[in-house]
Amino acid sequence: MPVEIDIAKVAHLARITLADEELEMYGSQLLDILEHAERVQALPTEGVEPTSHPLPMVNGFRPDEIGECLEPESFLSQAPEVEDGRFRVPRIL
Amino acid sequence: MADLADLTIAQAGRGLRDGDFRSTDLLDAASTRATVTEAHLHSYLIMDHDGARAAAVAADEAFAGGEDLGPLQGIPIGLKDNMCTLGVETTAGSKILTGWKPPYDGTAVARLRRGGAVITGKMNLDEFAMGSSTENSAFGETRNPWDTDRVPGGSSGGSSAATAAGSVFGAFGSDTGGSIRQPAAFCGIVGMKPTYGIVSRYGLIAFASSLDQIGPFSRTVEDSVALLESVAGWDRFDATSIDAPVPNFGGSLQAGVAGLKIGIVKELMGDGIDPQIQASTRATADKLADAGAEIVEVSMPSTEYALSAYYLIAPAECSANLARLDGVRYGHRSSIEGTTEEMMGHSRAEGFGPEVTRRILLGTYALSAGYYDAFYGQAQKVRTLVRRDFATAYDQVDVLISPTTPTTAFKVGEKSADPIAMYYSDVCTIPSNLAGDPAISVPVGLDDKGLPIGFQIMAPALGEEVMYRVAAEVERLVGFDERPSLATSEVTPA
Repeated sequence: MPVEIDIAKVAHLARITLADEELEMYGSQLLDILEHAERVQALPTEGVEPTSHPLPMVNGFRPDEIGECLEPESFLSQAPEVEDGRFRVPRIL
Repeated sequence: MADLADLTIAQAGRGLRDGDFRSTDLLDAASTRATVTEAHLHSYLIMDHDGARAAAVAADEAFAGGEDLGPLQGIPIGLKDNMCTLGVETTAGSKILTGWKPPYDGTAVARLRRGGAVITGKMNLDEFAMGSSTENSAFGETRNPWDTDRVPGGSSGGSSAATAAGSVFGAFGSDTGGSIRQPAAFCGIVGMKPTYGIVSRYGLIAFASSLDQIGPFSRTVEDSVALLESVAGWDRFDATSIDAPVPNFGGSLQAGVAGLKIGIVKELMGDGIDPQIQASTRATADKLADAGAEIVEVSMPSTEYALSAYYLIAPAECSANLARLDGVRYGHRSSIEGTTEEMMGHSRAEGFGPEVTRRILLGTYALSAGYYDAFYGQAQKVRTLVRRDFATAYDQVDVLISPTTPTTAFKVGEKSADPIAMYYSDVCTIPSNLAGDPAISVPVGLDDKGLPIGFQIMAPALGEEVMYRVAAEVERLVGFDERPSLATSEVTPA
C-alpha cells in the first residue's frame, strides 16, 4: 500500500496539467480511495485467473473490402483547427 | 380526458393504432409537460424540437399508409447525452465536448430511428457517466421529481427524471455500475441493464468498456421489454456484441413465479442498507413466496469486495478511454500557447470536471508500472470471484433479489464532497456489472419521506426472460402506481 503517491507524475502520465493546490487535493483524495481499494488486496486470490471481460472474446474478422465511410468534411468540421483537409496542431517541439 | 403524457408506451401504441390520437399529439403532450417540469428538473440538455417534430410527422404518415415498424413507432423518447446522435450536439455532460455534433448515429440510436421512435432530445448525466447523482454534469444538476431538493440518482439522472415526470414516454441510459438501476429506483420507475453484449455500444461514448451497457427506462415492465427489443441484437460495429439470436425478453411476462427458486442476497441485506428498504425488500419477497416462488437466502461473500474492485477497474478503463480527448480531432482545445503536448494537458485540465479528473488520475495510477498487479490485476481477480459467486448462486436459484440502492434519494449536495460515500450508492448494483449479467430495478413502495424504493432482480447472462418474468410479477403483486406530484402539465402558482 502506498503511503504517498507521486501525483505530479500521475498527472503527467494522464496529460492533465494541474496547479499545485489541485495536485495536493487529488493526491490526498486518491490516497483515501486507495485505502478502501486496499480491501481487494486482503482477499486471497492465489491461483485465481483475472477476468478482463465478461464475454469469451475472439477476434472478429471480415473481408478486407472497400465499404462506405464518413465524408471527411463531416468530422473535419468538428475539429478545433484544420488545414488542407487535415487536423492542425500546434508545434510538436 | 386523461393527459396523454401519462400513458404508458403500450397504451400510447394502442391509441396510435386505433386512431385515437396521432404521434404529433403525443409529442405535444410531452412537450407541454416538459415546459412545466423542466423549470424544476433540468432533465434535458438539448431538446431537438425540429427533429422530433419531423419524426412524429413521419410516424403519422407511416400509420396513415399502413406501415408499422414496431412498438416505438411514433413514441417520444429521450436519450442519455452520451449516445451519439448525427448532427445533434452530444456532450456527455462535459465541457470538453461542448458543441460537438457527432458525424454518425450510434447503433442503438439508428435502430430507434428505423423503428420510428420520436427522439425528443438529449438527457442530462454525470460527466461521462461518472457519478451517482447527476450533480457532476458540467451543465448543472438534474433534480428529482419526487422532491426537487433531492438528486434523481445517476449517472442517467436526466433520462430517469424525465420518464418519471412524463416529459418522455421512456428513455435510454447507460449502466456501468448501476447508472440505470439506481436512478430508476430513486425516481420510482423501471430501469434495466441488459446482459453485456446484448445492445451494441457503437456510438456510446465509452467510460469503462468491459462494463458499459445501454438499457431502458420506463414506467412499466412491459414498456421496458419493448424498448430493449428495439435496440438489442448483434452489430458488426461492436466486436463485443453477442453474435447470437436475441432472447425472447417478454415471452413469460404473464407466467407468474410459481415453481421459481429465488435467492435473496444476504450480504446486500445488512449494515449500510436502510432498514425501511430492507423491510420493503423482505415484504416483496414474501409476496413472491405467497405467489408460489421458493425464497431462499443466498450468501455471496465476494459482493463485499465488488465495490472496491469496481473502483479500480472502472477508473482504469476510463483513463484509457478518455485519452482520446486531447484537443486534436474534436472537443475543446485550450487557447494557452505551447507545444502540442502542452496543449493537450491544458485542454484536458480545462475540459474535464473534478470527478472525471479524479477517476482518470486514479486509473492512470492503478495501471502504472509497479502498481498494476497490486491494484488492477488484483481487482480483475476479485472480478473472477464475483462471477464465481454468481455461478454458484445460479446453480441453486433462478434469479437473485436485493434492494437496488442502500438509501432512497439523497439531498443535492449531501454526498458531493465525499467521493467514497457517493460510490457506496452503487453497492447493490455493481456486482451484476462485474459479472456481465442482466438486472432490473422495479419500484415497490415509498419510504416515510415519500421517496420511492427500488427492488432489484438479477439473472444469469442472457436470462432476461426469467428476469422480466419475475419483474412483471412483482409489478402485479405490489401494484405500485404512485406518481410524483410534479408529473402534471398544470401550471401551479408558485
